[in-house]
Amino acid sequence: MTEIDESKTLKPTKGERKEKFRNLSNIEIKRLYMPEHIQDLNYVMDLGEPGQYPFTRGAYKNMYRGRLWTMRQFAGFGNAEQTNQRYKFLLEHGQTGLSVAFSLHTIYGIEAVDEKALGEIGKEGVSIDTLKDMETLFDGIDLSKISTSMTINGPASILLALYIVTAERQGHTPDQLRGTIQNDILKEYIAQKSWIFPPEPSMRLIVDTIEYCTKYVPQWYTISISGYHIREAGSTAVQELAFTLADGFAYVEAAMERGLDVDDFAPRLSFFFNSHNNLFEEVAKYRAARRIWARHMKNKYGAKKAESMRLRFHTQTAGVSLTAQEPENNIVRVTLQGLAAVLGGTQSLHTNSFDEALCLPTEKAAKIALRTQQIIAHESGVADTVDPLAGSYYVEWLTNKMEEEAEAYFQRIEEFGGVIPAIKANFFQKEIANASYKYQKEIESKERIIVGVNDFSQREPCSTPLLKIDEEIGKQQVKSLEKIKQERNNEMLKEKLEKLKKAAEGTENLMPFIIDAVREYASIGEIINTLKDVFGTYQEDSIY
Amino acid sequence: MPEGRKIKVLVCKPGLDGHDRGAKVLARALRDAGMEVIYTGIHNTPEDIVNTVIQEDPDVVMLSMLSGAHNALCPVIMEKLKENGINDVLVAVGGIIPDEDKPFLEKHGLKGFHGPGTELKTIIEFVKNNLKR
Repeated sequence: MTEIDESKTLKPTKGERKEKFRNLSNIEIKRLYMPEHIQDLNYVMDLGEPGQYPFTRGAYKNMYRGRLWTMRQFAGFGNAEQTNQRYKFLLEHGQTGLSVAFSLHTIYGIEAVDEKALGEIGKEGVSIDTLKDMETLFDGIDLSKISTSMTINGPASILLALYIVTAERQGHTPDQLRGTIQNDILKEYIAQKSWIFPPEPSMRLIVDTIEYCTKYVPQWYTISISGYHIREAGSTAVQELAFTLADGFAYVEAAMERGLDVDDFAPRLSFFFNSHNNLFEEVAKYRAARRIWARHMKNKYGAKKAESMRLRFHTQTAGVSLTAQEPENNIVRVTLQGLAAVLGGTQSLHTNSFDEALCLPTEKAAKIALRTQQIIAHESGVADTVDPLAGSYYVEWLTNKMEEEAEAYFQRIEEFGGVIPAIKANFFQKEIANASYKYQKEIESKERIIVGVNDFSQREPCSTPLLKIDEEIGKQQVKSLEKIKQERNNEMLKEKLEKLKKAAEGTENLMPFIIDAVREYASIGEIINTLKDVFGTYQEDSIY
Repeated sequence: MPEGRKIKVLVCKPGLDGHDRGAKVLARALRDAGMEVIYTGIHNTPEDIVNTVIQEDPDVVMLSMLSGAHNALCPVIMEKLKENGINDVLVAVGGIIPDEDKPFLEKHGLKGFHGPGTELKTIIEFVKNNLKR
């Protein structure tokens, strides 16, 4: 690379607001970007046409001129019946895909009747224990027509099994089903913390779902490799990008070790990123993500099909950026973040509700969040052309910079021997804890301004109406589960669970055994406990 | 509080909620403010917390809760502390605690209620000014 004379661009001129301008990844931003900052950029090699390798300009040729992104609002609270009503409300208002938020006890595979579920049932998402809850959740919603994303990790294979059987009872076959299970356990150890089993058996379950779906549920996205939670836990944008893609490569390697052909399963991997406050940084992150994935899939993993190299992603605006102070301001933050996701070429989007620093979204807040997307889509004009920021000296420079810094992280992860050893050494956890503490310090010292919080603050009492989850819901869920346990064929179930346990002790694919168990109304908790007997559980070091 | 001794703080995440960014940032800030801090990690049951209090004898217990389970879990923790004769420990809860739940929690002896956007120095001052021993 030719040396660039930075005297014009980097050094501050008189009268600038700050000595240094840095984005949220602490990359120093120059006063001005010039052609020489991207002089080595090769259009064909580094950008390519949209829909073509290396996909920097977009996953598809026409992008939003063809079809707009899927407006997929993450929703779930209380019991299956209440959430079913919220889904119907969202679908009536023009939402185009479903996204299920589960209650924490479901996420951990703990039954509603367990005392660990005390006070948690339906508080953070919809409470699901058995097939009966799942049938209620999708009652009146045709599962052959809609795509559904389920934010579930430890018990992902069980929720997929429940979805398959629910669809079967509606008269649909698995090959008709479209959707995603998050199924990304690595980021749980790194950031989100809802693991159940140790990493190795967890990876086996994930490869089981990949293998099963490749054969029987070909339209299903088997993993949503997620940076969202890594970012929410406090990482920078660069760390989000690097750690997420490193997780993705780890899944590819695990599936290839099972003997699967990369071109058979890679097209069904998808990604999930965060969209935070710095607009251009986010756009550069998405563009870099597509390019890095394509390059590694082709060069390192020997993918032949373009489909295997094409990174597709869902975006959610940054929950952590929402403020409890003057919550209406969050509508503006979400608009900018949603815009970044669209300018970065997202395939689907969740825009947060403005009240989410305070509670789960009220109906009104959820509607405004959806309307925000519709305004971006239909009124702003940003969806009229593909990758509108391409060729910007700044955005292309920043895209290169993000790729370069991500590659440096891949090196460091490699030095640990891969993602799982790096998790066990607390590498990611420490990096994230350091970044989040630094960010907080910058807010406290007013190096970073959060409007209405550390500046322009009036400290008015908050008057936003809050969604309250009725404590009765928990009691009802407990009763309903107890009733199912009395009515089902417990002899038959016992047999199915024993078969599952035996299979878990061996190396067979567990999906068919899990499907057989959920058909007999096994609770998620019963299946998890059966597997825990074989796999054990995981404990982390609580570093800070 | 005897002169020269460090304030000892237990930072805990009760219940199933794994969102511990705030708890970790707070733990580090309290440590940087000269306190001795133990972070107990996530998924603490009320029993876990009370057992750790008995073993570690902290001056302060800080509960970080974002899941909405505070009304169910906090009173249980307070009850169990009382059963064990522990009444000179400051117990604070923070995270996402709606205003309307505060009187109920206060009645059970909880303090603090620091929410999103609170400056760390506010919490550090709160700890120093509300010690019970």
